[in-house]
Amino acid sequence: MKRMISAVMAIALMLALVGCGNSAQTTPTTAAPATQAPATNAPATEAPETEAAAELSGTVSTDGSTSMEAVIGALGEAFMEANPDVNFTYNPTGSGSGIQAVQEGRCDIGLSSRALKDEEKEAGLTETVLCYDGIAVIVNPANTVEDLTVEQIAGIYTGEITNWSEVGGEDAEIVVIGREAGSGTRSGFEEITGTEDACQYRQELTSTGDVITAVSQNPGAIGYASLASVKDTVKAVKVDGVAPSEDTVKDESYKIQRPFVLATQTGVELNPVAQAFFDYITSADANEIIVAAGVVPAN
Amino acid sequence: MKTKTNLFEAIIHGIFLILGLITVGCVLLISVYLIISGIPAIREIGLLDFLFGDTWASTASEPKYGILPFILTSIYGTAGAIILGVPVGFLTAVYLAKFAPIQVKNVMEQAVGLLAGIPSVVYGLVGMIVLVPGIRELFDIPDGAGLLAAIIVLAVMILPSIIKMSITALEAVPKEYEDASLALGATPEETYFRVSVPAAKSGIAAAVVLGVGRAIGEAMAVMMVAGNVPNMPDSLFQSVRFLTTAVASEMSYSSGLQRQALFSIALVLFLFIMLINAALNFFLKGERNK
Amino acid sequence: MISNRRKMFLWTVRGAMYLAAVLTGALTLFIMGYVLLKGIPNVTWELLSTKPSYLSGNIGILPDILNTVYIVIAALAIVLPLGVGAAVYLTEYASSKKIVAVIEYAAEALSGIPSIIYGLVGMLMFSNSFGTCLMSGALTLVIMNLPTIMRSTQESLKTVPQAYREGAFGLGAGKWRVIRTVVLPQCLDGVLTGCILSVGRILGESAALLFTAGFAHALNGFFEGLSSAGATLTVALYVYAKEQGEFEVAFAIAAILMILSFIINLAAVMVTKYFQRRNAV
Repeated sequence: MKRMISAVMAIALMLALVGCGNSAQTTPTTAAPATQAPATNAPATEAPETEAAAELSGTVSTDGSTSMEAVIGALGEAFMEANPDVNFTYNPTGSGSGIQAVQEGRCDIGLSSRALKDEEKEAGLTETVLCYDGIAVIVNPANTVEDLTVEQIAGIYTGEITNWSEVGGEDAEIVVIGREAGSGTRSGFEEITGTEDACQYRQELTSTGDVITAVSQNPGAIGYASLASVKDTVKAVKVDGVAPSEDTVKDESYKIQRPFVLATQTGVELNPVAQAFFDYITSADANEIIVAAGVVPAN
Repeated sequence: MKTKTNLFEAIIHGIFLILGLITVGCVLLISVYLIISGIPAIREIGLLDFLFGDTWASTASEPKYGILPFILTSIYGTAGAIILGVPVGFLTAVYLAKFAPIQVKNVMEQAVGLLAGIPSVVYGLVGMIVLVPGIRELFDIPDGAGLLAAIIVLAVMILPSIIKMSITALEAVPKEYEDASLALGATPEETYFRVSVPAAKSGIAAAVVLGVGRAIGEAMAVMMVAGNVPNMPDSLFQSVRFLTTAVASEMSYSSGLQRQALFSIALVLFLFIMLINAALNFFLKGERNK
Repeated sequence: MISNRRKMFLWTVRGAMYLAAVLTGALTLFIMGYVLLKGIPNVTWELLSTKPSYLSGNIGILPDILNTVYIVIAALAIVLPLGVGAAVYLTEYASSKKIVAVIEYAAEALSGIPSIIYGLVGMLMFSNSFGTCLMSGALTLVIMNLPTIMRSTQESLKTVPQAYREGAFGLGAGKWRVIRTVVLPQCLDGVLTGCILSVGRILGESAALLFTAGFAHALNGFFEGLSSAGATLTVALYVYAKEQGEFEVAFAIAAILMILSFIINLAAVMVTKYFQRRNAV
């Protein structure tokens, strides 16, 4: 370990001396890596050389929803395994910034865990539904409540129901935990339960993991999270008597679900690699991987 | 020959001047970027509605962008962290600088330095798993995440910088002052607290201001323990949102006016920090001119 | 001999002081112990040497380790010439006190800006033109670490005896030659200390990198790595803890970071001691 550190320091030192020795050289050293960066923004320019060989090569960049991490990550990995020269990147930044990134051309495909808004479509984006995800309503494993109706859930989130005893549980105050404004999971959940702008949150957390942790640490808590990420540290309750699962999401008997959407620029052709990726993930070939990631394929 | 060397030296001089001015350029660039991206939302919302509005509902159908809750939370949270962190940090620093055996001092200084190197996410994580449930059970309330949890996390996080700067200030006090006091029959406690501490007061003040700067700028740890709901901070257990966490939590999902408003929050935060820097500079100057 | 009032004072401050010191010690011990106990058992060779796979569910942090190394190298390579140059200007060239004051004030301002603001500005300045990639992150880190390098170099330049410079000037050397051959070799310790401090800061950074460097876990070579999005160890810790709830991995990374930062602190102390001894001779 120490040897590695000293090696790193030696390199840093060498660079330092080069810098000290001749200031004029600082410009090339800074410029060299910097010019590397824009190259990836235009993967299309690299593609044509190898295209003739029918081997795909280049970069597919995706950006967006954190809830889609498991499914898009698995799809990207499978795609890279099939096409070793392809570099797939995914930036889990959130639905909003993914949509913005594809609008500004910073990525090939934007990922959104909510349907695109009309104004986003007008701004030149097309949506393609990749799959459907159930939003599980989760409580602490110590909670005795097993089943809630959508009305009860709405009541809890709007603050009309404040004690677990009102919905058949023990006498304890309900701690309402949700996601931050703008989260795809939150807007999906609030839309389906009809609680938009009316939720009285105790905690607004910024990630699925945080919600699960907070709920698992507090016996009175209720939260919601993507079904695919729910772990056994928390308990998913039945909604209107239906337990969340792939089957119940698929036959739509589980009410709280939302689409995972691919956003692309309308009328702008994707580069060949991104197009191949897009075709692959929306084909039936990808269904097995999509199911394995815990969500329900749309195609 | 002569003029050639002169020209060469002048060029070298110029290059170093440019390198020297890069820091200034960076500060200007950061200010310009923040002002340009922060002003539009303020103009659209109105300065007074923005700064003194008490409701933040950025994604509601009728969005409201009042950041008074965030400003107050940041001020209360920072004040709380200072009230808890400064006495502990300061007294520890006096102990380490003046009383502790050399081995204890070395070990503690190393350990405190290590505390400073822990990424803030780790503080958040430990806070979420240990502190938040602890507060819930201790005070018998439904949920422990809130202002108090954030204050405690911040107080711990500013400890290292307060201790380190106070020790430096205390050690800079001329030995003669202390020797004189001891020779006059004062106890070590009296000497160090009544002579050394007043002599080091501007350095210690700088340590406090530095702590304020650290506390007001911290985002990642606070985001995980403060509950993060844009409430007015009217109780210690209230779930609250800070200026920093307001930016960090909505940034990734934001769009349109909401996004611009987040940049405006960053601008407000930046102004706070610049004020604190000016104060810090003032105290440090006092130290140097002594 | 000592009046009661003085005794009261004595015992109060002594009590308060020991209480504070014990509290600080206990807190430090608790946090370090907690992280190490939760983390070390999860540090396995497999974790360190593999990359994560969604298909097999494997979690490995090799890409994150490499990304950290890349970003450190890139950031230092850029910030060193800039920071050292600025320090040389301040100590060797600057004749106007005003310019010195302005530059020093700017450096102080830079070191006071919170990382979340660096993250935003870095996103506006670099990521919008280069894309979200390690290079954008490295450039953001350059601005953040400029004051550190500048100040530590400056400190050590100040200790170079004026007589050395005068001697060299007396032999007819030009200013640049004096700086190159006499002054700069003497500031090695400051540069080294600055580097070590910067590495420490880069290792712990998350907020500034989240928005600029992204958080992919791809295994890349150096130049390829710089031009694509990637997570450093701390960002990976954030992602595993928050987005995925993988606390074992998060604490393992935290423990690794803590050990690294211990080594770094030790290195900083050793460098200072080594040069102090050499200069004393």
